[in-house]
Amino acid sequence: MTTKEAKKRGILWPIIKYISLIFFSFVALLPVVSCVNTSFKSMDEYRNTNVMQLPLNGIDFSNYVKAFKEANMGRAFINSGIILVCVLVGSTIIGTQLAYVLNRFKFPGNNLIRNLFLFATLLPGIAMQVPVYKIMHDLGFINHLYGYIIMMMGTDVISIYIFIQFFENIPVSLDESAILDGASYFTIYRKILLPLLKPAIVTSMVLKGVGTYNEYYCANLYLQDKTKLPTVATSLYTFVGPRGSEYTLICAGVIISLLPALVIFILCQKQIYSGIAMGAVKG
Amino acid sequence: METNALGAKKRNAFNFKKWSRSRNGQQTFIIIAFMIIPLLLLFVFTYLPFGEMVKFSFYDMKYVGRRTWVGLQNYKDVFQRTDCFAALKLSLYYLLGGVLQIILALYLATILSFKVKLGNLFKGCMFFPFLINGIAVGFIFKFFFTRGYVFDTVLQWCGFSLQNLPYWLKDQSVNNFSLMGASIWRYFGQNMVLFIGAIMSVDGSMYEAAELDGANKFQQFIYIILPNIKSIFVLNIMLSVSGSLSAFEPPYVITAGANGTATYFVVMDRIAHTSQKVGLASAMAVVLLGIILILTLLQKLFFKYVFKNAEDDNPKKFKREQRKLAAAKGGAAQ
Repeated sequence: MTTKEAKKRGILWPIIKYISLIFFSFVALLPVVSCVNTSFKSMDEYRNTNVMQLPLNGIDFSNYVKAFKEANMGRAFINSGIILVCVLVGSTIIGTQLAYVLNRFKFPGNNLIRNLFLFATLLPGIAMQVPVYKIMHDLGFINHLYGYIIMMMGTDVISIYIFIQFFENIPVSLDESAILDGASYFTIYRKILLPLLKPAIVTSMVLKGVGTYNEYYCANLYLQDKTKLPTVATSLYTFVGPRGSEYTLICAGVIISLLPALVIFILCQKQIYSGIAMGAVKG
Repeated sequence: METNALGAKKRNAFNFKKWSRSRNGQQTFIIIAFMIIPLLLLFVFTYLPFGEMVKFSFYDMKYVGRRTWVGLQNYKDVFQRTDCFAALKLSLYYLLGGVLQIILALYLATILSFKVKLGNLFKGCMFFPFLINGIAVGFIFKFFFTRGYVFDTVLQWCGFSLQNLPYWLKDQSVNNFSLMGASIWRYFGQNMVLFIGAIMSVDGSMYEAAELDGANKFQQFIYIILPNIKSIFVLNIMLSVSGSLSAFEPPYVITAGANGTATYFVVMDRIAHTSQKVGLASAMAVVLLGIILILTLLQKLFFKYVFKNAEDDNPKKFKREQRKLAAAKGGAAQ
């Protein structure tokens, strides 16, 4: 009896397990897949068939070409590329340097500075945009890529934490022996610690990169000239308003905009997961 | 002889002083050089705006032009206007969503932490929505919930008839639930990954021992997994409280706050950038910030009280988790 019961349970649990996994994966994919499906349809077909019906003509990329042109996505990809490179390089340099100083040196104010950064994470970003907008306006940073880039570098706290955690695991004796060899602090940072920090840098770059690429609220606020300064995320605003029902185009645009994130995700799954576990970034 | 030794000592002391001075000098130099830019950025984009925000909240002003001191009038307005403080009650939907999301994430994380066929594929599918940009999410769900489109079609497959289905984004009795669903869809994968990380750090031999003792999967979950991840579990619950108070993105991108879906921050955004009532918007921000800070403080006390033993056992781990919480909070606000 008991063995029978155990056996029954032994079969039941895997079934429930896989049904749950399949069901929730389906739920997670359905909105995106239905979008892909619609993006392959012509306008006529879209109007006359159910959204869940597969496209008659198979895979047709004409909507993608049209969406790419109309939303000025070529320009958007260039802008997003520039922003990404600058923000990632800048915030990596700033972040690793700050983490190096905070972790390796004792000086008055060390704890205060850590707490200042910690407290900054409690301030809700959206709420802060009201005064930040005024400051950006006064600095003349609005409608300039460099203004947006500088602002994006300044608001990065999570990667600093990832770096500090990582520094804690690099033995100080490495620094000390280098000092005995006559290395300067900058050499230690640049030649010894930075190479060792590579896994943390990759993790934080992947996370920060996805976050920056997807950022739309500040981009919309500070890069208002949509013909010259669209990013990939804000280029989708082309379809807001009167064109809000041309779903064949919209879906194609949406899929184009999420493809780079998908590629990065497939290539860097491990870094993304460990980055989430280390710094927990909640969009 | 004696004077000689003294001289050597003196010389040593002097040399040491010189050496330390140069090292100290280098140290001071590198500290300043490496910190000036991040501190400047932190000041310009966090603390200066923070101070300005508090200041603005006492003025009647726009982004440009004259400002008039109005004292506490803006704060009075926050509590008296029908669209401001009242909007916080919408947070209850997102709080409910947050709890459901955590339960779901924990359930799936438990499954995925053990050997499962295609585990990585399932994990990837469920996590991917987290990486889609906000505007795309907005379009995807406008499309998803449109009358007769994806969601309705799937429900029709399940035997519902279209006449009985509401307009998911217009009908005020359901639209906040629709947005809650979209919010869960977007974020549960992230919670799941966090939980998987926590469960994986549990010593594997404990499960083997439990299995030998005849414990089933459910008992293993209750007696091994849950106690081991309780701090990260409570952290997540608390995060969803402050996250639900500052809920912004789902209503902002999907409905733009129409038909009674405008949460506190959506209202604030509108007041700040459409009506340009910067003073009132700042007061709203300060009020919510105050609430969140009080909650954070309460949660710190709660931790001190409930997890005191855990802290004694493993202070480093505790500190790490506290930091994680703070970092996650920072992300939640973005």
